[in-house]
Amino acid sequence: MLLRTAWRRVAAAVPVAPGPKSDAPTRGLRLRVVDHSPQSAVPSDTATAPQAESMLRPLYMDVQATTPLDPRVLDAMLPYLVNYYGNPHSRTHAYGWESEAAMEHARQQVASLIGADPREIIFTSGATESNNIAIKGVARFYRSRKKHLITTQTEHKCVLDSCRSLEAEGFQVTYLPVKKSGIIDLKELEAAIQPDTSLVSVMTVNNEIGVKQPIAEIGRICSSRKVYFHTDAAQAVGKIPLDVNDMKIDLMSISGHKIYGPKGVGAIYIRRRPRVRVEALQSGGGQERGMRSGTVPTPLVVGLGAACEVAQQEMEYDHKWISKLAERLTQKIMKSLPDVVMNGDPEHHYPGCINLSFAYVEGESLLMALKDVALSSGSACTSASLEPSYVLRAIGTDEDLAHSSIRFGIGRFTTEEEVDYTVEKCIHHVKRLREMSPLWEMVQDGIDLKSIKWTQH
Amino acid sequence: MAASSRAQVLDLYRAMLRESKYFSAYNYRTYAVRRIRDAFRENKNVKHPVEIQALVNKARRDLGIIHRQVHIGQMYSTDKLIIENQEKPRT
Repeated sequence: MLLRTAWRRVAAAVPVAPGPKSDAPTRGLRLRVVDHSPQSAVPSDTATAPQAESMLRPLYMDVQATTPLDPRVLDAMLPYLVNYYGNPHSRTHAYGWESEAAMEHARQQVASLIGADPREIIFTSGATESNNIAIKGVARFYRSRKKHLITTQTEHKCVLDSCRSLEAEGFQVTYLPVKKSGIIDLKELEAAIQPDTSLVSVMTVNNEIGVKQPIAEIGRICSSRKVYFHTDAAQAVGKIPLDVNDMKIDLMSISGHKIYGPKGVGAIYIRRRPRVRVEALQSGGGQERGMRSGTVPTPLVVGLGAACEVAQQEMEYDHKWISKLAERLTQKIMKSLPDVVMNGDPEHHYPGCINLSFAYVEGESLLMALKDVALSSGSACTSASLEPSYVLRAIGTDEDLAHSSIRFGIGRFTTEEEVDYTVEKCIHHVKRLREMSPLWEMVQDGIDLKSIKWTQH
Repeated sequence: MAASSRAQVLDLYRAMLRESKYFSAYNYRTYAVRRIRDAFRENKNVKHPVEIQALVNKARRDLGIIHRQVHIGQMYSTDKLIIENQEKPRT
C-alpha cells in the first residue's frame, strides 16, 4: 500500500520542473526508503505518522565507509566541472595551464597536510590503487635482491589481496598477528625483518575497530633496519596529525572520500630523500612522474586538495567535537546495557570509530532493527559475506561476540541529537532482542554458556 | 580601520548565521551554525587589526561559499532526516 502511495507521488512529481522550492527529486533512493516501512512486525516502536515517516532518510553514522562532501570542497570543485575543463597535461593553451595550476596547487595542499614535498605526491584513483602501487611497485622493483614483505592480519583487503597476488609471483609474505588490543607487537616485527625484506606495510588507523598503530616506533625500526615503511593512512589523514619525516614513513596511501572529499580520487606519497623506487603499474603517457599514467582528473584532485586544506585547519576542532560525541555514545550505552564489549585498545584509539559487541544479540538483526540509522557491522568491502570480520577474528574475539558487533562512526557533521537518537534506539532494540533470546534467559539464570553440551539432532 | 569595526564584525556574524539556516541538509545546517558560533567566539579577543582584517576577509569568503552551497543544496534537496520531524530545527 505504501508502495502505491510512493508511485503516485513519484508520478505527480515528474512533470514539475525542479526549482528551489521543488519536491524531493524522483531519484531511486526515495523508493528504497519506503521499504524501511515503520509498519514492521515490531509493535513496540513509538507511534509515528506512518505516511510521513516512510519518506524520511536514516541518520548517517557510517563515516568509515565514506563521508559526505564538505560544502567548501564542492565549492572548490565546481568551477573545474563547469568552466575550467582543460586537460592539465595540455601545454599549449590557457585551458591546460589553468588546469595544471589548479592541480599543482592541490598537490601542495595535500603535501602540506602530511609534511611532505609536493613533488612526492602522486594522484591516483583512491587508496586501493595507492596501496597496490606501494606494495606491488616496491616489491617488483627490488625483486632481484629482496623477496620478503611484512604486513599485519588486520590490514585492509586491498593490501592483503596485493600481498596474496605477490605470493603467487614468488614473493614471501609474513602476516604479523595483533594483540588482543589490535596493536602489533613491536618485538615480533623486529624479529620478522629479514635481510631480504623490502617493505613493511602497517595501516595507521584501522577502519573497523579504530585502533592507532604505533607508527612512529615502526618507522624508527624500519629505518634502522633499512626496510621501506608503507602505511595505509586512509582513515587517519586529516584526523590525527601525521608527519612523514617525524614518523619516518616512506610511502603513504591517502583516500579522498574518507576526509570529506570526492570519491574516485586519492594520492600516494613516495619519499624522494632517500629515493624510494617504485615500478609503475599503469603504463601510458608518463604523467605523474611516470608512476601513474593517465589524465589527472582536475576537479577531483582540486576537491582532494581542498579537503586536505580544510582538514588541516579543522583538525583540532573536529577532534574535540568527535571525542566529545564518542565519549557520550559509549558512556550512555555502557551505562544502560550490561555485557557490551568495545573492540580495540581504548587508549590508542581514534575516537570516531567505535566498534561494540553486544553479547547475546545477533549483529545483523540489530542492524535491521536500527533501520533509521545507517550503520555497519564490519567493513563495507566484506559486508556481502556472512562471515564475521577477519579483523575481529585477528584480535581474538569469540565467534559469537564477533557476530554481534556494530561499528558506530562519528564525523565532522555528526550532531549530539543524532548520537542521542542512535543510543536510544540501540538500547531499546538490544533490550528487546535480548528479551527474545533464550541464551540471555539462561545467562540470567546463572548458567555458564561455555559449560553447556549442545546435543546433536 | 572601518572594515574591521566591532559593528561590522557583528553584522558579518549575523549574516553568516542567517544564511546558514537555509541549508536544506540537516548535517550541513547544524555544522555551519555550530562552527560559525565557535569560530567567532574563539577569536573574540583578537586585538591586532591586521589579524582581525585577515579573519574578516576569510569570513567574507566563507559567507560566499555558504551562500552558493545553500542554493545548490536547495536545488538538489531531498527528504528530511528521521530526527528532523521530531525536534524543532532549532540551530
